[in-house]
Amino acid sequence: MDQLVTLNRRELLKTTSGLLTGCIVAGSPLALIAPGREWAVDLTALTSSEGAALVSMARTIAPHDKLDDAAYALVIQAVDGDAGKDANTRKLVKEGLAALGADFAGSPESERVEALKKIESSAFFQTMRLKTLQVLYSNSIAYAYFGYEGEAFSKGGYLFRGFNDLRWLPEVPAEDSGPLPTGA
Amino acid sequence: MARIEFQDKSAVVIIGSGAGGGTLAHELTRRGIKVVVLEAGKRQSTANFSQIPGEAFLQLTWLDARTQSGNWGVAKNFPTLPAWHCKTVGGTTVHWTGATPRLEPWELRAKSTYGKIRGTSLIDWPISYEELKTYYLLAERRLGVTRRNDMPGLPASNNFKVMYAGAKKLGYKRVHTGHLAINSRAHDGRGMCIQQGFCVQGCKMGAKWSTLYTDIPRAEATGNLDLRIECMATRIEHGTEGRVNSVVYRDGQGREQKQKARIVCIAGNGIETPRLLLLSDSSKFPQGLANSSGQVGRNYCHQIIGFVWGIFDKPVYSWRGATLAGVIEDEVRNDPSRGFVGGYRMELVTLDLPTLPLVGLPYGWGRDFASVIENYRNMAGMIINGEDMPRAENRITLNRDIKDTFGLPVANVHVDEHPNDQAMRNHAQTQMSRMYEAIGAKRVVVGPTPPATHNTCSARMSADPREGVTNAWGQTHDIKNLFISDGSAMTTAGAANPTLTIVALALRQAEYISREMKARKI
Repeated sequence: MDQLVTLNRRELLKTTSGLLTGCIVAGSPLALIAPGREWAVDLTALTSSEGAALVSMARTIAPHDKLDDAAYALVIQAVDGDAGKDANTRKLVKEGLAALGADFAGSPESERVEALKKIESSAFFQTMRLKTLQVLYSNSIAYAYFGYEGEAFSKGGYLFRGFNDLRWLPEVPAEDSGPLPTGA
Repeated sequence: MARIEFQDKSAVVIIGSGAGGGTLAHELTRRGIKVVVLEAGKRQSTANFSQIPGEAFLQLTWLDARTQSGNWGVAKNFPTLPAWHCKTVGGTTVHWTGATPRLEPWELRAKSTYGKIRGTSLIDWPISYEELKTYYLLAERRLGVTRRNDMPGLPASNNFKVMYAGAKKLGYKRVHTGHLAINSRAHDGRGMCIQQGFCVQGCKMGAKWSTLYTDIPRAEATGNLDLRIECMATRIEHGTEGRVNSVVYRDGQGREQKQKARIVCIAGNGIETPRLLLLSDSSKFPQGLANSSGQVGRNYCHQIIGFVWGIFDKPVYSWRGATLAGVIEDEVRNDPSRGFVGGYRMELVTLDLPTLPLVGLPYGWGRDFASVIENYRNMAGMIINGEDMPRAENRITLNRDIKDTFGLPVANVHVDEHPNDQAMRNHAQTQMSRMYEAIGAKRVVVGPTPPATHNTCSARMSADPREGVTNAWGQTHDIKNLFISDGSAMTTAGAANPTLTIVALALRQAEYISREMKARKI
């Protein structure tokens, strides 16, 4: 749940340049694990409107309608972090967003897809695509949404937690399988 | 642990501590031979293996710069990462999935079995199956391979139940939970598999065999091993008589060091091993060490690898359980009527959620791409492991335009797939798709070729010194006291995951080296 803690620990830095905020939908998988309903991410290199445009871009690259904005905000937080550390990345992102235009974030998905297809081979798009895939699926919000249970060593593996609980197909004969340890 | 002086000329220097180097180090030190192991990576442990996939990747993977060329999919989809192997004590045995099939007798006679195939550089192995089998038996006991000796198979997981049902619908007969160096019960001081599904991130139970917690500490316990971590070999030097006599390396602080050696054994995985030979050129050996044949770096094989995912309307939870615990072996045969020579295995596979979109799915974005991941709970997975054809131009070379942190040219990996490779992949992915469809998959996704883990044959053994780099013991044809001790020395790739063969060859090589040392021949 590290990322959720990060989301809610606003560091009021003097350099804060923008802000992303959201409210977790009650009853969503995220609501069960989140420490609070409201979240906020400070941006240090990008403006609030640039942040919002990037959320829209990440949602176009990897559209999971019911996945909370908080997961996408983590992607933007990572991009913002890279942009803060590296002037080239900052330039790449700011210029890339400027080229997409101010209307991008508010336009319908079909238009956003068309706009991104036109820049598919650009360094800006490639960077955003990779970052989206790297961050969006590797946090506890995504784990909860996609049902992924993750690390298992601390819980004794999946041996006693459903590694063989599939019942909609026949069982494998003993000679092609192996003995279960007692209790599994 | 021993401290061997830089000027000590009596030591065997082994470069790399994985399946080949780690096994060889143990076998030599237990015979009383002093060994220095130079390992480029750091030392991890079962306690500190990260279980966050992105972190584990950075903790274990060899990430030094490399370039690529050729028509294979990896160059397009993973331009900066041609291969996914390890830079850590234990090498790729930390990250491997434990699959330990043997090569088949006819696979060792590749050229004789397949005949002359245009555009390949096929040759036969200089070792017979009967000879190799002796060492397979030793290796299987050593690694505690399932379904061999008295080690039971692993129990069937959800993902395997799907594979099994599909395989049976297609009439496949040799289908089981696999030969794996993963303990189905506690064995050899290592724990039992508890089905974590984190084989690739390092097994925190130590249930999966790795030299990190078997051969390396046992070699240290002999008092004859000097293991130097974060030490990257950069050059092997030789004397006027043409024998190698020392290894130059950079230590953890970046300082250049030089270790004298009686014998040098290279086990740096199939890309770094030929790179080091090429980096060690001299006026006496202008093409690089052990390269009078021009074969160093050529014939690079990586096996035909490719994912197929089946999406069902009911949950599979494929991530629960040992990653590769399932195999179909019926296609491991040479039957040119299928449209290609050589054989392939179909093996169970799963990827954790963070890794799946990065490695397991075709390049993409948008609705269609996301819709696959939406079904993560209901996905089952398989992967091909097939024999690729050796080609003279599929090779590791030095890219002199790009330098590593020490200013040395990086490796370029060039692969043009042979039509045989493509025909085999198509056949295998069609069969796997049919399996999933036969049991009601609502969608089948054919994934890309991931970065290569099975890097082999790039300094191959050959009966004829013009056709390869080493003799049947991994001893280079050109230099008597220089050995190749990893998968680079394999003659052809076959359809078996290579680790068991690498260990068997290392056991055999250790006997040879100690015998020749005693006889004062090297």
